[in-house]
Amino acid sequence: MGNLIRLRDDAAADEPAVSLDSFLDQSNASAVRIEAGDDVRQLLPVLDRVRLVEVDFPKFRDGRGFSTASILREAGYKGEIRATGDVLVDLVAFMRRCGFDAFEPDVAIDPAVMESSLARYAEVYQSAADGRLPIWAKRHAQA
Amino acid sequence: MYKYDNYDQAMVDARVEEFRDQTRRRIEGHLTDDQFKPLRLKNGLYLQLHAYMLRVAIPYGTFNSVQMRKLADIARRYDRGYGHFTTRQNIQYNWIKLEEAPDLLAELATVEMHAIQTSGESIRNVSADQYAGAAADEICDSRPWAEVIRQMTTFMPEFSYLPRKFKIALIASQEDRAALRWHDFAIRIVKNEAGETGFECYAGGGMGRTPILAVKVADFVPPTQILSYLEAVLRVWNRNARRDNIHKQRMKILVHELGEAEFIRQVEAEFAHILTLDHDFPQAEFDRVAAYFAPPAWETGLSDEIDRSDPDFALWVDSQVVAHKAPGYAIANISLKPVGGIPGDISAEQMDLVADLADKYSFGEIRATHAQNLVLPHVRKSDLPALWAELNAAGLGEANLDLVTDIIACPGLDYCSLANARSIPVAQKIAERFADPARQRDLGELKIKISGCINACGHHHAGHIGILGVDRKGTENYQLLLGGSGAEDASHAKIVGPGFDEAGIVDALERAVEHYRTVREPGERFLDTYRRVGMDGFKEAIYG
Repeated sequence: MGNLIRLRDDAAADEPAVSLDSFLDQSNASAVRIEAGDDVRQLLPVLDRVRLVEVDFPKFRDGRGFSTASILREAGYKGEIRATGDVLVDLVAFMRRCGFDAFEPDVAIDPAVMESSLARYAEVYQSAADGRLPIWAKRHAQA
Repeated sequence: MYKYDNYDQAMVDARVEEFRDQTRRRIEGHLTDDQFKPLRLKNGLYLQLHAYMLRVAIPYGTFNSVQMRKLADIARRYDRGYGHFTTRQNIQYNWIKLEEAPDLLAELATVEMHAIQTSGESIRNVSADQYAGAAADEICDSRPWAEVIRQMTTFMPEFSYLPRKFKIALIASQEDRAALRWHDFAIRIVKNEAGETGFECYAGGGMGRTPILAVKVADFVPPTQILSYLEAVLRVWNRNARRDNIHKQRMKILVHELGEAEFIRQVEAEFAHILTLDHDFPQAEFDRVAAYFAPPAWETGLSDEIDRSDPDFALWVDSQVVAHKAPGYAIANISLKPVGGIPGDISAEQMDLVADLADKYSFGEIRATHAQNLVLPHVRKSDLPALWAELNAAGLGEANLDLVTDIIACPGLDYCSLANARSIPVAQKIAERFADPARQRDLGELKIKISGCINACGHHHAGHIGILGVDRKGTENYQLLLGGSGAEDASHAKIVGPGFDEAGIVDALERAVEHYRTVREPGERFLDTYRRVGMDGFKEAIYG
C-alpha cells in the first residue's frame, strides 16, 4: 500500500476491492478490481454504487487496462480508477489521459520522475477522458 | 507538403527531451534493459547484432531536399556514411550508438522529422502511394488524409500498449502501389455515385509467420469519421486480442478467430458508441492540412515529347518513368538496386545528390517507395535526359523498376538479431545472375522478395517469387515460394518444396524463371503464367 499515489482530493476508499464477478453478485461492495481479461462493460449497469475501480496491469506489455479506464469514463463514472501492478512511470501520462487518477505500482515510482512525466507534453493530438483540448481544436479556436 | 506548426514542433521536441531523459536513466542504471526496451522501441531504436539500429519515419513516404540533406548529414556523423530505405517507406541507420541517439533525434527534429512509433507495439508510420499527388490514375491526393491520421495516431493514449504492431496504409487509385491488403488496417479512398469521398476500409492483413490478406470491413466510412472508426477497430482488437503468445496477437489473428462478420459487428457497435464522444476533427482541420498539399506550380504549355535518340536513355525512360497527371511532367523512379549492391542502401553522397536533383527538377520533393526505391514526383519531360545523365554518373541510373533485379530484401543476418539467414548476399547473387539488361527486359515484371526469417520483413509472402531464409540444423537454408502479390491482385505465395543452400537457391530460382520463359504466352507476366499453369510444372522444372 505504501506505493499509492492519488491525484484526487477525496478520501480513499477503505474497503478492499472485490473481483468483478463477486461485485456483480452482491449489492453492498463499493470497490471492484478489474483484471486484464475482464469485460468492464458488465459493470456499467451498476456504476452508481462503485467508488473505486482497481485496474490491474499484470505486465506493462498488457495494455487492455487503458481501454478499461476509457470505457468507464465514457460511461460517466466519476469515482477513482486506480492502476495497479506493473505500472511504468513512462506510461502514467497516457494512463492519466484515459482517466486513471490513482496509481499503486508494484515497484514504487519516484514522485519527481512521475511529476516530470506527467508534465512532459504540453499539448495533445486527441480528445480523451481527461478532457484536454486537442491541438486541432486549439488551431481552429484561434482562427 | 505538410509543414509543422508550433504544436507539431513542440510535440516532436518534447519527445526528444523525453527520450534523452529515458536514455540517461538507462545509462545511469535507473532503468533495466527490460524496462528500457519498450521505450526505445517506441522510438525506433532496435538493438541489432553489432550496434543499435535507428528507424526514422518518413510519413507516407514523402520528404524534401532539406530533409534528405539532413539524412545524409546524419549518415556521415552518426553512422558509417550510409542509410537504408525500408519496405515501409522509412529509412534506417545500422550503426548507432545509444548515447548519441538523443542528439540524432534532436537533429531530425530541426527538419520536422522523428522516429516516433517506428517500432514496438504501436501504431506505426502511415504508408501510402509513393506517387500520391502526382499519379495520373488517382482520384485525389491521399497524403492530406495520411497526415491527419499521422497526427491523430501519435501518442493515442488508449493504445499505448497494443497487443502487437499496427500498420496502416492508404491509397486513392485502383492500382495498388502500397501493398494495401498486407496491412493491419488499410484505406482505399473512393467516390460514391453522388461524387462524395469516402473510405473503403480493410482490416486484419499481415505477413509474419501467418500470412493473411486484409478483408473489407467497411464500404464507405465518411472521411471525417475515420478517427472514430479507427478507434473502434483498435479498441476491439486491444480488448479482445490474445496476450499470451506474441505470435498470435496481431489483428489478423483476431479477425480470423472471431470471423469477419463478428469482427465487423463488434467494430460497428463500438463505432456507433465512439461517434457520440465527439472525438473527430472537423472538416476545417482537414482543409487546413490539405492546403499544404496543393500541387506545386506546374508550368503549362509544356511539350509531352521525349527525345529518345539515346537508346540507353530510352530504356531508362521505359523502365523508370511513370505517367504524371500534369501535361509535360513525368514521375521519375530512382533505382536503389544496382546489380551487386544492397537493396535500399544509399550513400550520404548519393543522398546529397538526390536532394540537389530534387531541387533542380522536382520542386524539392522526394518520395520513398515500399519497394526500397526513390521517386522524384514532378519532373518536366524535357528535363529527363539531364536528370538521367546525372543519376547515371552517381551510380543511380539503373533501369530495372519491377524487373528481376529490383529485389526487395530485409537486412537479414548481416545486421538483424532476429534473422536466421542472410538476405543481402542472396539478393546480390540473383542480381548478378540476371545482370544482363536484355534478359531482364525479356523476363518483364518479376518481383522477387527475400526475408531472412519468418517475420517476413522482406515481404517474401508477396513476391511473385519469394525467398525465405531459415536455419536448418545450424546452416542457412532457403525456401522458394511462388505466386505472391502485393498489388491490387494481392495473394500469398506458396512454398514449392524442400529448401536449398545459398548457391542452390539461385539455381532453383533460375530454373523457375526459365520454365516461365518456356510456357508463357505472349505478354504474360511471370505471375500470370504461374496462376494459369499452376505449381506442378514449376516444381518439376525446379526439382527435376
